[in-house]
Amino acid sequence: MALKHKTPMLEELEKGPWPSFVADIRRMAARKPMCEDLLGLLELSYEQKEGHWKHGGIVGVFGYGGGVIGRYCDRPDLFPNVAHFHTLRVNQPASKFYSTEQLRKICDMWEEKGSGLTNMHGSTGDMVLLGTTTDQLEPVFYHLTHELGMDLGGSGSNLRTPSCCIGKARCEWSCLDTQEITYDLTMTYQDELHRPMFPYKFKFKTSGCPNDCVAAIARADCSIIGTWRDKIRIDQEAVRAYAAGELVPNGGSHGTAKRALDIQKEVVDLCPTGCMEWDGKTLKIWDEDCTRCMHCINVMPRALRPGQDTGATILFGAKAPILEGAQLSSVVIPFMKMEPPYDEFKELIEKVWDWWMENGKNRERLGELIQRFGMKAFLEAIEVQPDPRMIKTPRYNPYIFYDPADVPGGWEHDPKAFRERHHA
Amino acid sequence: MSQEAKEKILEYMKTQKKSKLYFNDLCKAVPDLKMRQAKKIINELVEEGKIKYWSSGSTTMYMLPGEDDVAKEEDSMK
Repeated sequence: MALKHKTPMLEELEKGPWPSFVADIRRMAARKPMCEDLLGLLELSYEQKEGHWKHGGIVGVFGYGGGVIGRYCDRPDLFPNVAHFHTLRVNQPASKFYSTEQLRKICDMWEEKGSGLTNMHGSTGDMVLLGTTTDQLEPVFYHLTHELGMDLGGSGSNLRTPSCCIGKARCEWSCLDTQEITYDLTMTYQDELHRPMFPYKFKFKTSGCPNDCVAAIARADCSIIGTWRDKIRIDQEAVRAYAAGELVPNGGSHGTAKRALDIQKEVVDLCPTGCMEWDGKTLKIWDEDCTRCMHCINVMPRALRPGQDTGATILFGAKAPILEGAQLSSVVIPFMKMEPPYDEFKELIEKVWDWWMENGKNRERLGELIQRFGMKAFLEAIEVQPDPRMIKTPRYNPYIFYDPADVPGGWEHDPKAFRERHHA
Repeated sequence: MSQEAKEKILEYMKTQKKSKLYFNDLCKAVPDLKMRQAKKIINELVEEGKIKYWSSGSTTMYMLPGEDDVAKEEDSMK
């Protein structure tokens, strides 16, 4: 279809064997003038090597402080159909299960009331509806909530839409009902999700096992990661079958051919804590030294399974690198049972929020506050005792510096005398 | 108490140089209140149309209506 704007640079992005977002927008441009202007604006940005979007605004739906992100084009004279091009975040179902019927209804609504363009899904996990005008925001919200049984997700200084891995719905390793936890947190914390109160964003992400398929440890202010506290279940017959080449290693992830697995080289020697032993017939695991890396289970899924006394490790403080660089979450509760109604978890999280709200600077993520105040101050505020499982290696990352008052008997320290013995 | 706190917050906003304020800034107007109490009052002010949310998408701020209304923002682009 011939567009009203020339787009030679965008056409380059349609060449080659890969799917192209330009081709997708062009397809919609046949029906939606908004998409035609969107392509024209993008071509202008490529030509001038400058963006033409104004990000943010006061647009929203009544009573909600999140879910809508105002977006305006700064050249409405050239591209009037994208003068407003607001984004809506829609709270996705846990684990992103939809029926095709529901997806069709959403797409029909969005073609009528918006640009028809979606992003499935944004990195927070929401379904993102891209591009509509201010006058359509309330009608879209009404349609979502009354006709489709869906709600807006979190944005701004709110609790963001909780997200989770596929969990027990399809994964045999899941130690948690990730969907139940996500749904419960979403419903319990509706006010935090829709009405901002935090210094900045706050994310919950739940993974069913330490493989952490939603990357909770890298992205969530509070990461809930499934684990177990008994022993890895071993089927010795199946271990020997892997060694004899009767089964496909890695569940077929690295090739579907059967081959003899070198258990010593490919499993035992790669165990990060060296807690395994293989004598050619029997695999032994010293579970007390296992750090739940999941490698052995991933390589031999027919032979090894997580234990049955399951729960979650709770970690806090991950974030992407806007300030100070990226941070991974730190273990705060090594094991929590995580059973409905999750009162123990909720009591903990509310203490965390109170401390962050009292002490956090504007736009300071929880992980940055923990870094600024120290893990010790954080643990004191949430009334959790330091635990050796919170650190990777003693002496290399000592989060906790004890005061003489904390230790029975205390101790005397003369810094001047110390410096005389230790120059520099 | 709630009405008094609302008035303090609105007065505080009127005296600030910046048109957009963070939640923490608004809490300074009512230092005796816990933040969760302050949040309820601020949200009531939003529902009454006396203050408005402004969001960049990543951060939310608050402003008095009329200082930078949707209509103004959109009119300025015509």
